[in-house]
Order: sequence, then C-alpha cells, then structure tokens
Amino acid sequence: MAEQPVKHYQVGTFVIGNRLLDPDQRSVQARMERSNTLTSGHRACRGCGEALGARYALDAAMRATGGSVIAANATGCLEVFSTPFPESSWQLPWIHSLFGNAPAVAAGMAAAMKAKGREEVRVVGQAGDGGTVDIGLACLSGMFERNDDVLFICYDNEGYMNTGVQRSGATPPAARTANTKPVGSEPGNAFGQGKSVPLIAMAHEIPYVATATVAELRDLEAKVERAMELRGARYIHAFVPCPLGWGSASEDTIKLARLAKETGLFPVFAAEGGEVTAVSKIRRRTPVVEYLRPQRRFAHLFRPEENREVIDRIQAGADRNIARFGLIDGEGSGDV
Amino acid sequence: MERPFAITLEVGSSLANKTGTWRTERAVYIDRMPPCNDACPAREDVQRWLYEAEEGGAGYERAWRRIVADNPFPAVMGRVCYHPCETACNRGELDQAVGINSVERFLGDVAIEHGWELPAAAADTGKRVLVVGAGPSGLAAAYFLRRHGHAVTIREAGPMSGGMMRFGIPRYRLPREVLEAEVARILDLGVELELDRKVTDVEAAMGEGFDAAFLAVGAQIGKRAYVPAGTAAHVIDAVSMLRGLEAGDEPLLGRRVAVYGGGDTAMDAARTAKRLGAADAVVVYRRTREQMPAHDVELEEAEEEGVMMRWLSTVRRADEGRLVLERMELDETGFPQPTGELEELEADALVLALGQECDLSLVEGVAGIEVDDGVVGVGPNMMTGHAGIFAGGDMVPAERSVTVAIGHGRRAADNVDAWLRGAAAPATPERELAGFETLNTWYYADAPRTRRPRLDAVRRQSNFEEVVQGHDASTALFEARRCLSCGNCFSCDNCYGVCPDNAVVKLGRPGERYEIDYDYCKGCGICVAECPSGAIQMVPEEI
Ligand SMILES: Cc1cc2nc3c(=O)[nH]c(=O)nc-3n(C[C@H](O)[C@H](O)[C@H](O)COP(=O)(O)OP(=O)(O)OC[C@H]3O[C@@H](n4cnc5c(N)ncnc54)[C@H](O)[C@@H]3O)c2cc1C
Ligand SMILES: Cc1ncc(C[n+]2csc(CCOP(=O)(O)OP(=O)(O)O)c2C)c(N)n1
Ligand code: SF4
Ligand code: SF4
Ligand SMILES: [Mg+2]
Repeated sequence: MAEQPVKHYQVGTFVIGNRLLDPDQRSVQARMERSNTLTSGHRACRGCGEALGARYALDAAMRATGGSVIAANATGCLEVFSTPFPESSWQLPWIHSLFGNAPAVAAGMAAAMKAKGREEVRVVGQAGDGGTVDIGLACLSGMFERNDDVLFICYDNEGYMNTGVQRSGATPPAARTANTKPVGSEPGNAFGQGKSVPLIAMAHEIPYVATATVAELRDLEAKVERAMELRGARYIHAFVPCPLGWGSASEDTIKLARLAKETGLFPVFAAEGGEVTAVSKIRRRTPVVEYLRPQRRFAHLFRPEENREVIDRIQAGADRNIARFGLIDGEGSGDV
Repeated sequence: MERPFAITLEVGSSLANKTGTWRTERAVYIDRMPPCNDACPAREDVQRWLYEAEEGGAGYERAWRRIVADNPFPAVMGRVCYHPCETACNRGELDQAVGINSVERFLGDVAIEHGWELPAAAADTGKRVLVVGAGPSGLAAAYFLRRHGHAVTIREAGPMSGGMMRFGIPRYRLPREVLEAEVARILDLGVELELDRKVTDVEAAMGEGFDAAFLAVGAQIGKRAYVPAGTAAHVIDAVSMLRGLEAGDEPLLGRRVAVYGGGDTAMDAARTAKRLGAADAVVVYRRTREQMPAHDVELEEAEEEGVMMRWLSTVRRADEGRLVLERMELDETGFPQPTGELEELEADALVLALGQECDLSLVEGVAGIEVDDGVVGVGPNMMTGHAGIFAGGDMVPAERSVTVAIGHGRRAADNVDAWLRGAAAPATPERELAGFETLNTWYYADAPRTRRPRLDAVRRQSNFEEVVQGHDASTALFEARRCLSCGNCFSCDNCYGVCPDNAVVKLGRPGERYEIDYDYCKGCGICVAECPSGAIQMVPEEI
C-alpha cells in the first residue's frame, strides 16, 4: 500500500508532494522528471478525470520499469482526445486498434516481446468502461484466463462518453444518459444486477487486481508499482469522473472521486491470486446525497422534490459495499 | 520526404495544439492574509515563520529571523503574549488552534541559547530620535529606529529597563534572564539608554538636539477606588506591590490576602501573594466569571495554585484583619447592582487591582497634544497633534498589552523615519483574508494539539520559578507542522500533480513555487479546488 511511516503531520501523504518528505518518498507526480506520458495539448474536456488518471497510471508504470512500457489502447475518449491524426499526446510507444479488442492486442504485443526475447519491455492495455466492461469483456477474460503478461487498466467514467454519453454496463442506477432518460416510473438508468469487472477478474484468480480513484494518487501509484513487480495478467480499475457526461463542474473531478470512495459507492481495494489483500478505509463517512447532488445526471433525484426512495436504494448499495468490503472498522464482515 | 503507405502528414506532438485558448477563467497564484498574521498586534508574519520552522534544523534560525523582522522579543512573546493569533487560527475550526505561542517561545529560547544576533543597524542618517520610556513600546521603537539608521537615546525614569515587563509581570511568568537577554540584543545595536532619567518636559528634552521623539511612558499609577478604611487597615495597590517586590522590598501582606479586581493584574497579585506566603488569597470581583477581563489561562493557573474567587462582590469597608463585602446581583442589562446583603471576609491586607492610569505631566502644555480620558490621542501614523512627537503603548487609546505596545513601537518607528525623510508613510498592501472556507481540509492529517507542561501546582505555591515550561524540539516541530499554511503556498505539489493538462510548471529551485502555463491551462479549476491552503484563485478571462 501507499502508506509509509511518516512522522510529519501537516499533510502526511495525502498531498502529492510534501516538501518535508525525503525525495525518494515523494510521489511520481511530484517529480519534475515524471514522464508526462500523456502530455499537454490533448483535446480532453476541461477537468477530464480520464486524462488525469491515464497520466497518473502510466507515469507510475514508466517509473517502475525504468521507462520500458508500451501501450495498447481501445477506442474511446482516451484514444480520440489524445491522437487526432497527425498529432499525438503520447510520450511512450502506443498503438490503437479497435473498440473491443485492446486486451487481445495487448496480449499479442506481450507474446511478440517474449518471442523477441525482450521481456523487459512491459505491456499495458487500456480502455474505457465501455471497452472493458461491455464490448471488450470477452477478450479481457481470455487474457486473464491465459494469464498473459499484461497490465490492463480500465478508466471507468461510467458511460460511453466518446460517442455522446450512452449507458454502459458500468453506468450506475438512476443516472441519466443519452439513452436512459429521466422519465417514467424508474427514471434514468434502471437498477440492474450491476457488473463488477474487478470481482470478475478476481474470479480468474489472476496475480493482481485492484481498484483506485484519481482522488488518491499515492494509492493509485502504489498499485501500479505493485502490478509492475508481478508478471502475468493484472488488472486495475480506476474511477475517473467525467464532467461532460456527469454534468459536474470541471473543478469537482477529484472531489467527486473522493466522495465516491468516502460514501462507499466505489470500494477501493486490492487482491492477489483472487484474495483481497488490502482495503482503503473510509476516512470521513459521507451520505450518498453529497455525491449525487453536484451531478446533473442525478438532478432528477432532487427536482421537483427529493426522490427519497431512489436515494435510499442507492444508499443501501453503498452500505452494502461498506459491510461487504469492510470499509469501516467494525461494520460488516469485510469478507468480500 | 518518403512517408509510409497511406500516411499523408508528418506526425507531430499535441504540444502544437494550444488548448489555453479554450479558457474562460484562469488559475492565478495568490498570497492571502492568514488569520493569525491578521490578528497579530505586532503584525508578525506567523504563517511564514511557522513554514520555516516546520523544516526543523536550519529552519529554526530562518524562522526566528522572520519573527525578529517584525518583533525583537520572541522569547518574551512566547511567555506573555495573549496570542490573539491562536484565537483567530483556522485550525481551531478543524480540531484545535495551532500552538503558535509555544513555538514562538521555543524559537526565542533557541535563539538566546545560540546567541543569534538581531539584524545590524543601517548606515547612520545623522538624525537623532528621543525615546521616552524603556518599556516594550520604547524598546521596540528603538530597535526599528536603529534599523532605519537613526541615532536613538532612551530616557527611562526607573532604575532598570523593561517597563511593565519587569515591574508588572511577575518572574514566574517571565524570568528576568529571558527579558534581559532580549533587551540586551536591542541595546547592542547601539541604542543609548539613560536610566533614572525621568523626562518631565518633552519639548525641553527635544531641545537637546533631537529631531523627533517617541513617547511610551505607559500607565504606571494604580487606580484607587474609594474604600472606607480604618486606620489600621492595610490597603495597597497591585502595581506598587509588584514593583516593590521587583525592586527588592518584599511587601508584608500577612496570611490572608484579598485582591480587589478582575483583570490579569488581579491574578498576578493574588498568585504573587500566595508565593509570598499567604495561606489564603481571595480575589473579590463585582461581576461574574464570564464578564471577567482576565484571560482564561491566567484564571485557570491561579485557581490551580489555590487562589479563591468571590464573584459578585464589592468591598464596602476595610478594617484591621477584616473586610466587609456586599453581594451584588446582575440586572437584566448584565450590570452589577448592590443587594444590601453584607458579609465579612477575614483579610490582613487588601490589594487594589483596579487598573492603571498614566502620568502625562511630561506633555502638559505642549501645543497640539490632546489628552482625552487620560490618554494621548495619536493618528494612524502614531503621531500626536504636535509635529515630530509620536506616542504609543499604554499611554495611547488601545488595548493594553505588551504585543500591542510593540506593534505601536514598530509603526511609530517606520513613521518617524518617513517623517524625518519627508516621505510618505509606508503603506502595507491590503490582502484578502484566508478564511476557513478557502481551505481544502481533506489534505491535512489529523493532529491534535500538544500542550506545554506546567510546573507542579505545589511547587508553584512557594517559589517564583517559571510556571509554564517550554516545548522540547520534537513537540515544537510537531506543533509547527500543524499549521495549515492558510492562504499561502507551502509547496505540497498538489497543483502540479492534479492538472489534467500538465499546465502547472514546477520551478523546482529552492524557495521557488510553481507557474501556470497559460498555453495549455484550460481553466478547469481543479488546482484551485484541490489546493489545501487556498493559494490559487480563478480569475475571469477578458474575452
Ligand atoms: C501586573 C501586570 C501584568 C501584565 N501582564 C501582561 C501579560 O501577561 N501580557 C501582556 O501582553 N501584557 C501584560 N500587561 C500589560 C503590559 O505590561 C503593558 O501593556 C505594556 O507593558 C505597555 O508597554 P509600554 O511600553 O507602553 O509601557 P510600560 O511597560 O509601562 O513602560 C513604560 C516605561 O516608561 C517609563 N516612564 C514612565 N514615565 C516616564 C517619564 N516621564 N520619563 C521617562 N520614563 C518614563 C516607565 O518607568 C516604564 O519603564 C500587564 C500589566 C501589568 C500591570
Ligand atoms: C465496434 C464499435 N462499436 C461502436 C464504436 C463507437 N464507439 C467508439 S468509442 C465508444 C464508447 C467508448 O466508451 P468507453 O469505452 O467507456 O470510453 P470513454 O469514451 O467513455 O472513455 C463507442 C460506442 C466503435 N468504435 N466500435
Ligand atoms: S467526455 Fe468525459 S471522458 Fe471524454 S474527454 Fe470529456 S471529460 Fe474526459
Ligand atoms: S493554521 Fe497556520 S496559517 Fe492558518 S491561522 Fe493557524 S497558524 Fe495561521
Ligand atoms: Mg466510459
């Protein structure tokens, strides 16, 4: 985990740098020599969580491997905003193929590196939630099952944002999207069964599975670092708010990611070989309304009057996560 | 150039795409006014010196130098200042205020221990300034005047320097070696101090070749309330008693001492009586605890030492060995009204601690000087109605404290300097206050305040040893690091990290901060939202 014994109070390791820490205890993002794998001039929206998450994760992978990373990218915002021909924002070798096949492309790259005897070159595959949870799931499951030597990262912004905010298997219940309108008896996205790819990945018992958010940089970096220490199929599911698709203020991106974790809606944990090894505890427990209210995709839950029933159902989901993952000491079993 | 099949354009970096043009608002670094600085009567840059102290080691000396840029008495401050900075501290809304005062004392003590010297005086200007009174206000003025390069002579009526820091505040709160060390440092800058030289006529004194004068004679006379007293009754005033003790003649108070009044002086008198051997020391005050002007800590420490309180009581009469008290009652406006109910209190001495008045005979008849309500009127530049005569400290209308007196001395010195040069008074730029709502407190680690150890209550009853002990280095460091750095960048790298567009440039050289690269800043505002200390703000673009 990110935790390290630090005697300094003030900001501990909550902030990115902290001038009082020894240089080698500072985060990758605090360093002037960070790779900036996704550099300036990209066309992501103002305040894009995905652009931020991708730089956080890939810079950490670059540092962990001494700069020896190549990446495969599915179609989605991350690809479109970074590489409008002939410009590219990527400062690492990077390939794009299709919306649904990034895990397979990445697995092929790893096989090629192995065949060439270049196994020090590490492969990262990446996609949005659409590319991972929905259309890419078969390729991803194959990659897990074969234990291909790839770190696959899903940047989850809970919808198909690139094509105009359509619903994905990761869209939360009640959220408004272009095709889940806030009308009828169950306004917004229906309460379905949900689909947790981290738990699906754990069921493959692959070496490493973790979730993270852009609000906890050190945790995210430590998870990427741990993933790069291991070989075989590894999976990180990163929560990245999308101001455009969620109807949130551009400055609230990190705040919303923090609230997703503090409410229990997005449990942050790590697992090795199918067993949970670490859980990020909730520091300041927050009711889900605090998270829902600033997002226009949930506005219909508050207007014309508060829809208590739906909010309570969402709260119940958060409480279930808290109990199930043990997000608060003394509440629930914590045995996922 | 040959290009691969179907490739028509040369590949390039997205750096060519200046996304800064999207912006409608821009992020801009600012330095807001931290509430602690704002509340400090001596205008110390508290946040800034805590920032230096947070580093420990070599940071301590930098921190101390930051303090003495505004106040030459850190070790005294760390003992007697009523620290309004802590009352204003934003951390108080999070858990408890930063123990600013205790860190200041630690730094002051370290400086004395290491013999750090004050910044040198500036080159001689050829001007001579007379300072009347060697209390905190006069000494502070002398220090700043020397730093402006003026020759300074202090004339002091008493036999020693320090004013009420020596003849009022008891040594169990301010050990004299601490006071002397900090005064000596000022005198070492080349200040001429003439003791036992009371100024009785300012204009005459100025005629001896001075270009300007700063008056800081304080309030030396204990107020006397009319209390009918029998011939054998023993009634004295608190300031005379404390001054006498300091001058070497121990007052004879007896076994049971009553102190009349509710201010800090009353507390000091009662606590001193205890130390001089009184079995009972009772403070008689006509209102309630809530209305008492004494500071909470003083009352708390007095009670710990066994000082007793008689609330809602006035002294009707003093006789040998006994007092007659009358019980009071608060009316609906909160004012105490007599009830006619009398009671007796055994007391061998009655000490009056009802406030102090100024002896302003030295300005009597001086043209332009206005005396109202027993104090001398001054303008915002500390000048009296008489050109070239400035005044400050207890003798002007303001709260009476050592820190206020020092702040006046500083302000007066700067204005004397401006006046002597015929220049405009130095202006301090207005800064927006760094209110609690400008902070993002998520980022601060939970860290409850440390307390300074206090001397065991039993030992405090019989000696004049210092009651409140200092911090050791590790607790002082911990306390300094509790500071939230309100409104001012403390190099946490958050802005540098959280920008999705890499538009924050880390300058990286020591002491340097960051810059926004407006070629790429889209104006999302994440850096502003995630800056823990509120040191960035959004400003609308002109479109
Ligand atoms: C018992 C007591 C306890 C206190 N405790 C605290 C405390 O804990 N914290 C705090 O902040 N404040 C405290 N105060 C208040 C504080 O001491 C004063 O507000 C402060 O000392 C005022 O500074 P000054 O320089 O204006 O005057 P003073 O300190 O009174 O100094 C004035 C000097 O001028 C000299 N002088 C007077 N007339 C003449 C003359 N005509 N010619 C030459 N010299 C002259 C006097 O001898 C004296 O040395 C206390 C006051 C008392 C009485
Ligand atoms: C087979 C196929 N179907 C549909 C598309 C259109 N398409 C491109 S990106 C995208 C959605 C991307 O969503 P997600 O993976 O969540 O990434 P995001 O844009 O949200 O980051 C869709 C539907 C496509 N490129 N290929
Ligand atoms: S639509 Fe959402 S995910 Fe896509 S660039 Fe904009 S903020 Fe990022
Ligand atoms: S937290 Fe620090 S900067 Fe803020 S008010 Fe308190 S001492 Fe001053
Ligand atoms: Mg998506």
